[in-house]
Amino acid sequence: MNILVDRFGDFAGGFWVTLQICIVAGVGALLVGTIMAVLRISPVAPLRAVGTAYVTVFRNVPLTVVLFFMAFGLPVLGSSARFLAIPGLDAIFTRLGTDLPYFRFAVIGLSLYTGAFVCEALRSGVNAVAAGQAEAARAIGLTFTQNLRHVILPQAWKAAIVPLGSVIIAMIKNSALVGFFGVTGDLSQTADNLVSGEGLALIPVFIGVSLGYLILTVPLGILLDRVERRSVTA
Amino acid sequence: MTAVSTPPTTPTRPRRTGTPQASVLYDAPGPRARRMTVIASVVVTVVILVGAWFLVIQPLSEKGQFAYKLWGPIIDPSNKDFYAVWQRLGQGARATLIAAALAIVSALVFGTLLAVLRIQLKELARRRYAGMSAPVALGLRGLTVVLNAVTRFCVEVFRGLPVVITIFFVARGLPEFGFDLATVWYLVIGLTIYNMVVIAEILRSGMEGLPRGQREAAASIGLSPLQTTRLVLLPQAFRIMLPALISQLVVVLKDTSLGFIISYEELLNVARQLTQVLHNPLQMYFVVGVFFILVNYTLSKLAGYTQRRLARRGYRAAHVPPTALAAQADAGGGGGP
Repeated sequence: MNILVDRFGDFAGGFWVTLQICIVAGVGALLVGTIMAVLRISPVAPLRAVGTAYVTVFRNVPLTVVLFFMAFGLPVLGSSARFLAIPGLDAIFTRLGTDLPYFRFAVIGLSLYTGAFVCEALRSGVNAVAAGQAEAARAIGLTFTQNLRHVILPQAWKAAIVPLGSVIIAMIKNSALVGFFGVTGDLSQTADNLVSGEGLALIPVFIGVSLGYLILTVPLGILLDRVERRSVTA
Repeated sequence: MTAVSTPPTTPTRPRRTGTPQASVLYDAPGPRARRMTVIASVVVTVVILVGAWFLVIQPLSEKGQFAYKLWGPIIDPSNKDFYAVWQRLGQGARATLIAAALAIVSALVFGTLLAVLRIQLKELARRRYAGMSAPVALGLRGLTVVLNAVTRFCVEVFRGLPVVITIFFVARGLPEFGFDLATVWYLVIGLTIYNMVVIAEILRSGMEGLPRGQREAAASIGLSPLQTTRLVLLPQAFRIMLPALISQLVVVLKDTSLGFIISYEELLNVARQLTQVLHNPLQMYFVVGVFFILVNYTLSKLAGYTQRRLARRGYRAAHVPPTALAAQADAGGGGGP
């Protein structure tokens, strides 16, 4: 068990990299998902088709395949996704600006993949609003934007928050995969490194890495359970 | 690009359009709005096609990604590599399906056992053991409390851990403790550990969501708690949760692709090996992607179909617990109903 204490630095560093990926990819996924959700509920059929196609593809393909596309496909196309090295942002998330593109690839892959699930969570929120609500809003003369702002979105948000939280939890767990796609120093790659590279004992490394993920996922899960129970009783 | 869907289909049937949520946001369109949508549809279709041409097709062809050298082994039967490639891919697909089938069956079996165990423990925690001597009763109660805590802890831990980590440590750990198994079993065990926990939670919330009268009626005709669970609660929970369980199948199928990290030769791993010879990663992973989309899309449709059937037969829509939803987005992540 000394390993846990002696190599605390490795685990903490891995935790920090994993956290960075989760934050950047989480924001990216929310952006992508919101855009796709807007497309999917727009009245213009081709836009809906684009949204539907996107969700169908990314929901049914394993994240592994998406990441393979990123890690092996993008270099073939000569891209290293430099556009993610946003000035200012890459000062906080230093990996965004490095020469090695794998962190950026991982962020793109995770965002695209999770975006499809975010889209579905948001859409299920809008679907949960009873049609009578919007009809009543229109009947009292609210315009489309007023309707959206005061009637539909507040209710949709409430219905979407739990599924959205589950999607984020899943994304945190999925981020473990990027360590096997060239991202160095995140929790899962740290585990691989300590076990395969340095030959340390399995159990302590397992505990250390597991704690890193559980710190992120378990409190979020408990929080979600709370929110859900409250919304059910309310 | 299914953007070619002809515009009139949507606006002419205002209420019953393909997407029900449109009715929440928009009023039934009048003639002007309908004209606008038609125009917008045409414009958007053109923009999408032009955009696809300049942003996707042209860059790809500039990089020579449509070259025969890259596609030939995959699509041309007269190519010398065609049969070898598809034979390997076939083996990979079979390995994927075998691992998925083994994992789902064992996850179902152990998940059901775990769900029953947790329900029983919860039942036992309420028992007071009247008529036994105080120390024995206290001991038994303490035992159930401890067992309850242990199972709860295991569920939370394995639900919160990434499947990759579970699989990785199973594959590394078991040989160390003297279990030298074929690679497929490490993958299956890793997937089972995670999915049995998820399935157990699905079933448990299904059983707890049943009306209390079910349990009371069972008790009043003299069934023991175990009999109640086995004969009354579990069958109903299975039926209600069937769509969620089928969705979980999609998750398992997608997660088998994690086998590559422990060098299990499933479809994705085989494809990767092929790209090292043929140097066509985009094309090869495209094929793999299509395979997964076809299989998983079918399964999602099946889940939706069973849900509709159940709804028709009067079972109220299952309350899908957040765990199940989370599972859908998992490493695998699958199409829910």
